[in-house]
Amino acid sequence: MTTFRFRVNGAPAEVDVPGMRRLLDVLREDLALTGTKEGCGEGECGACTVLVDGAPVDSCLVPVCQVGGTEIRTVEGLAAPSAPGDGPAALEPLQAAFLETGGAQCGICTPGMLMAGRAYLDSGGGPDDAAIREAIAGNLCRCTGYTKIVEAIALVAGAAR
Amino acid sequence: MTTRTQPAEPLVIPPGTTLPGRARQAAPRRREGPAKLTGTALYTDDIVVPGAWFGATIRATDARARFVALDLDPSFDWSKVVVVTAADIPGENIVNSIQADQPILVPVGGEIQHHAEPLALLAAADRSTLREARRRVVVRTEPLPPVFDPAASQHVFASYRIEAGEVDAAMAAADFVLVGEYRVGHQEQLYIENNAMIAVPTEGGGVTVTGSLQCPYYLHGALKRGLALSDEAARVVQAETGGGFGGKEEFPSVIGLHAALLARKAQRPVRMIYERHEDIAATTKRHPAIIHHRTGVTREGRLVAQDIEIVMDGGAYCTLTPVVLSRGALHAGGPYRCPNVRIRARATRTNTPPNGAFRGFGAPQTEFAAETHLNRIAEQLGISPLDIRRRNVYRPGDTTPTGQELRTSVAGEEVLERAAEAAEFTRLRERTANARGQRGGTGASPGGPPDPAPAPPAVLRSEPERVATGIGLALAWHGAGFTGSGEVKLASVASLELTGEGRIRILTASTEMGQGTKTIFPQLVGEALGVSEADIEVAPQDTAFVPDSGPTVASRTAMVVGGLLIQAAERLRETVESASGGSFAATFEDYARARGATRIDQRFEPYPGGTPFDDSTYTGDAYPAFGWAACVARVDVDLDTGEVHVIDVVAADDVGRVIHPVLAEGQVEGGTLQAVGYATIEEIKLRDGRYLNDRLATYIIPTALDAPRISTILVEAPFDGAPHGAKGIGELPMDVGAPAVVAAIADATGVWIADLPASPERILAGLSGRPELAPLRPGASEPGA
Repeated sequence: MTTFRFRVNGAPAEVDVPGMRRLLDVLREDLALTGTKEGCGEGECGACTVLVDGAPVDSCLVPVCQVGGTEIRTVEGLAAPSAPGDGPAALEPLQAAFLETGGAQCGICTPGMLMAGRAYLDSGGGPDDAAIREAIAGNLCRCTGYTKIVEAIALVAGAAR
Repeated sequence: MTTRTQPAEPLVIPPGTTLPGRARQAAPRRREGPAKLTGTALYTDDIVVPGAWFGATIRATDARARFVALDLDPSFDWSKVVVVTAADIPGENIVNSIQADQPILVPVGGEIQHHAEPLALLAAADRSTLREARRRVVVRTEPLPPVFDPAASQHVFASYRIEAGEVDAAMAAADFVLVGEYRVGHQEQLYIENNAMIAVPTEGGGVTVTGSLQCPYYLHGALKRGLALSDEAARVVQAETGGGFGGKEEFPSVIGLHAALLARKAQRPVRMIYERHEDIAATTKRHPAIIHHRTGVTREGRLVAQDIEIVMDGGAYCTLTPVVLSRGALHAGGPYRCPNVRIRARATRTNTPPNGAFRGFGAPQTEFAAETHLNRIAEQLGISPLDIRRRNVYRPGDTTPTGQELRTSVAGEEVLERAAEAAEFTRLRERTANARGQRGGTGASPGGPPDPAPAPPAVLRSEPERVATGIGLALAWHGAGFTGSGEVKLASVASLELTGEGRIRILTASTEMGQGTKTIFPQLVGEALGVSEADIEVAPQDTAFVPDSGPTVASRTAMVVGGLLIQAAERLRETVESASGGSFAATFEDYARARGATRIDQRFEPYPGGTPFDDSTYTGDAYPAFGWAACVARVDVDLDTGEVHVIDVVAADDVGRVIHPVLAEGQVEGGTLQAVGYATIEEIKLRDGRYLNDRLATYIIPTALDAPRISTILVEAPFDGAPHGAKGIGELPMDVGAPAVVAAIADATGVWIADLPASPERILAGLSGRPELAPLRPGASEPGA
């Protein structure tokens, strides 16, 4: 066991785990952040996508020993947190766009898709269809045919201009 | 003639618009959307159950064998592990389904029927102990000769014969007869959330199973039978479900039973969460099929005789195969008028994992064959694919091969014209035909003689030289709801409750798996009651609380269960308004406080009119109504590599009534992409009955880059038997996408792919004039045979 310190969604986190433990398991089981999903465990589906220092990674392929000192963002860190008893969290623009366009159906790819989309937008990506598709090509969705996901990301990218 | 209560002209609804008199409110946002978007929605593996152990399945590794013994390594401390074998099953060792043929676990001495068959179950407090225990189990077997060829298998799960007119005489008199054989392979549902169940033992020997599933009452029935439980002792709760597509229709009975058996023996909660590899290796797939067509037409391309033979590969156990085959057979001729039809269909056993439900449920297989065959007939006669469909598509008053008169809600022609017009089919097809003419060269047709192979190019040509564009068209019909007498036998119940506190609550077992059940039900009830959808609650899908409104399958939820809820709402409204004298909206809260709770249970009654279906003769009304879909696909084919890129798709789907435009479009878009995957890249390869590509790294599905741009046209030809006119939508797009893509590939290359998927190797085999280079699946005829 080793102690690893990093930040998750702006708050400091510390875990005592084997260094090769998957970041996905650390998030889901040690930190109880189950918003990040496992779809394949081998980096094919992107359901477990989180941002490490702003870059999208498959957290099933990242051992926790590689994230010491980093800033990790998960789906739980997107919406503005609400005080207890304050009702639902305020959706951030990309989440709101997914809700508006119908970008989430079964929802299991959605957290990873949102993180990939967020990384694309944060890096200055525009509303161009091909560029958005490239940015989310590592995230599989079986429900939507991707049409409304691309539309949601383009909506936010266009509004930012 | 029945009187139409709905407008005769189908309406085209531009996305995002609402119609006066129908949607009084703008379509609401997905009800559980915020929870899914913030990561707070709880899927099975997200649920924390203190003290839960982890479960695993010991599986066979032979395609067929005698199960001789299960040896537990004596050097391992087995007190740390719970082991369940067939001897621990308190009820019948049967996975409850149509036939009683599938054991929950194969008993020692019994026969193993496929390589992933469950033999024993293990549970341990932590994953590493479980992993170690799995390594200390040795399965001893004596191999038996397996059967892999569905055409040769003598074990028939089901067979049907549909006959109309005088096929042989009409065929002999036809101006032109075309024969063809079409083949489709397995397809994996590939929901992104794997199968998952958590079982918790309850006092008095009962069990509660929470999991990812489509049909709570299927698993409920399976638990009662396998664990010998009462209605109350078996309880099933749906967790948030990350996609189903049919893959979580019947398979949850298997994994749910396994979790429950482990929990019962361990006397503690047990989690059974499949990893992707196990999910692909062991769960149901779309049925492979081999379909022969012999079709007689007039010179003008009018169908005069269809003789169709279907063989479906059921895999090792019956599961839902008879119903899949039935739907496949009933749709096998396509949406076309033909006076003389013979359809013979059978499904047989092979020693491969059982096949089962997948969006479309037999129809995508047979309609791929029907549409590709019709496109080839058009080509041979020199008629455009659009014109041959115009000449044959069902119109109101036509009769299907089962003798069903299509009276209302017949929109094949409309979807065909809408899709062709929006896609500029005729204009673009002239352009692609000219380009093909300039390139010269054709490929081989299925069953045709091989052309002499041209010399392969020495170097890759430049992209403009080697990429050919093509456009293809297909048309489909899809029977709405359960086949034949299915809905009458199900006798579904949907309930609506006005609580003593004045809350309105929907009670059904219909599950949300992404398609929008939880959003559209409150819409329908709100409209019928004259209150906002936001004021209506949806009770959780928990068999302890909700009635059996039937399985969430067959595109029946919006049509059948939605219809029951509207009827229940109308009764509730009448009850309240006749007592209060005011409108429901203004008086229901006072009414509830004064009178206490009111509950309306609405049971399914057969739709009015029509001829009841006779299961013994396969005559009568096979479905209360049909949905209609047309698809135009454009592809680029790389003539050097055989790679296909589907550029764009126009899909026109008649769904009766659009309840929620955004959700409806989402169904068409998602179903279309699954069909594109089926057509181009999705394939299970087998060796000795074992899936070779049983991982997501090797079974590939379309990414955002592979996906075409999809334009959806929603057409409304209301079904007058349902109070709201809806016919269902989920499966329609799945039937029509693959033949449109294959037609587009033929338009680009001259090669007719008769064996899905249209992989590069099959396309290159066709381009080189040597179709025998692409391997055939077991049971298929040799080319030219």
